[in-house]
Amino acid sequence: MKKKIVNAKIVSNKRIAEDHYEMDLKTAALAKNSLPGQFVNVKLDEKATDPLLRIPLGIHKIKKEGISLLYKVVGEGTDLLRNKKKGDQISLLGPLGKGFDIKKENEAFVIAGGHGIAPLYALTKELKKNKIDTIFFIGAGKEKHIFCADKIRKMGAKVYIATEDGSLGFKGYVTDVLEKYLERNKLQVPRVTIYACGPKPMLKAVAQIAETKKIEGQVSMDEYMACGIGACMGCAIKTKDGYKLCCKDGPVFDIKEIVW
Amino acid sequence: MDLKIKLAGITFENPIWVASGTFGTKGQEFEDFIDFAQVGAIVTKTVTLLPREGNPPPRVVETRSGLLNSIGLPNKGINSFVSKELPELKKMPTKIIVSIAGTSLKDIEKMIKKIPENIMPDAIELNLSCPNVTHGKTKYKLTAQDPQATEKMVKIAVGTAKCPIIAKLTPNVTDITEIAKAAKKAGAQAVSLVNTYAGIAIDVEEMKPVLGNVVGGLSGPAIKPLALKAVRDVYNSVDIPIVGIGGIVGGVDVAEFMLCGAGAVQVGTANLIDPDAHKRISKEFEKYLILKGIKKASGLTGKLKGGRTA
Repeated sequence: MKKKIVNAKIVSNKRIAEDHYEMDLKTAALAKNSLPGQFVNVKLDEKATDPLLRIPLGIHKIKKEGISLLYKVVGEGTDLLRNKKKGDQISLLGPLGKGFDIKKENEAFVIAGGHGIAPLYALTKELKKNKIDTIFFIGAGKEKHIFCADKIRKMGAKVYIATEDGSLGFKGYVTDVLEKYLERNKLQVPRVTIYACGPKPMLKAVAQIAETKKIEGQVSMDEYMACGIGACMGCAIKTKDGYKLCCKDGPVFDIKEIVW
Repeated sequence: MDLKIKLAGITFENPIWVASGTFGTKGQEFEDFIDFAQVGAIVTKTVTLLPREGNPPPRVVETRSGLLNSIGLPNKGINSFVSKELPELKKMPTKIIVSIAGTSLKDIEKMIKKIPENIMPDAIELNLSCPNVTHGKTKYKLTAQDPQATEKMVKIAVGTAKCPIIAKLTPNVTDITEIAKAAKKAGAQAVSLVNTYAGIAIDVEEMKPVLGNVVGGLSGPAIKPLALKAVRDVYNSVDIPIVGIGGIVGGVDVAEFMLCGAGAVQVGTANLIDPDAHKRISKEFEKYLILKGIKKASGLTGKLKGGRTA
């Protein structure tokens, strides 16, 4: 897929939960060419040199006339992004990276931790388009950080929720819920594929469960990144075949490939 | 507008090149964005004698107007480079400068000898200054921190290579002019300055360094004033062509480096922000020349007016 720099118009930029925002962007080129699991590199300002680099953000929704980005305000860059207004233009470089490889014959277990849910929304839409049975496990620190659950239910996925403080759903980690589910339900293991995105410790726990239960899977990884196109070799991820680049070889990797 | 410049005996169509490590191995990541014929030269990612896997992550982190990196020269080694990448690079419609680094004189000699004559690059940039690897056989961490080691390594490169040698120097020294003099004495046809400034970024939450290698090299607009000084210092005291590098993100930055004495410049970090940065920077630079009524880009080199340093 040809990568492009596009100037997209912000259709909306709304707070959807505490610290979390969704930015709707009008861009026909990215709407047409993006795949679930891919990301864009967002430029905050054409002239300023601080922040200097673009911000890599997973594509949350792929729509007819554009895409949306879901982000958590974690630093100066995302704080500036939060303040962008409807009608502003913003430069996007994308679509970047390798997305999810949908296994059409398998049931899907989608596992989201925190704002790791961002790319999994577009994925679930695609899964449902392919009429794939989908169970969606969402984990976050607290109820205020759980969002999208209703929309995902509406798409036809079964949703399980875990919060660390127990304010919503199961009290504990999302991987605890996954394990409980696996205990209770006899799985036709070769017929299931895991798709996961979230903090590294969560992904590691998912990988361990997948290994024990012999379930295949894909994880969307995150690493400090600069260019986003494979030129600087900055975003190294340790794999069983040596270092690979998160931006180019990933961000989606086979779950068995990663050295945790 | 005449953008042509001559440096180290080579004519370049444009004084604006792209810097090592910021343009992939052979530029393929940029083909959707840039017409390579407009690029003065491509300096390749540094190649070493043996393959290197690079440093542990995190390898990059942004700091104020800067990028701190500790990539650690991952590459597949010279054998793979000359058989796979170099033949393709040579087909590109621009000048090709191969960046090499080694820990010993023998490494350098061996590497240069492995480059077949029919695909000889236009020049070799001898990377004496990567802050993210340890250079051997000197009492300092980097070859280019030691005038004697610099002289020896440049000498072996010049004696072995069938193309000009450009020595890439580190700014992490007491007096960069001493190192430039050593490079000139050994026969280097040009020096490129500067490589990155060694630095550290801290994660206060975790109370530890951000980078896997603890120390990294700082690039980007944050270092431009420092790099300009290095260029001016060398220009004022050593008679050797200079390729200026350090935080160029706009056409005016190019002019600043050339005014300080650079015959050509390299764009680095900017490529990592906008893959089409070179195109924009070139246009802006041309605009500057037109505005100033300068017909030849080469006429700008060293034209900084007046001023005295205490």
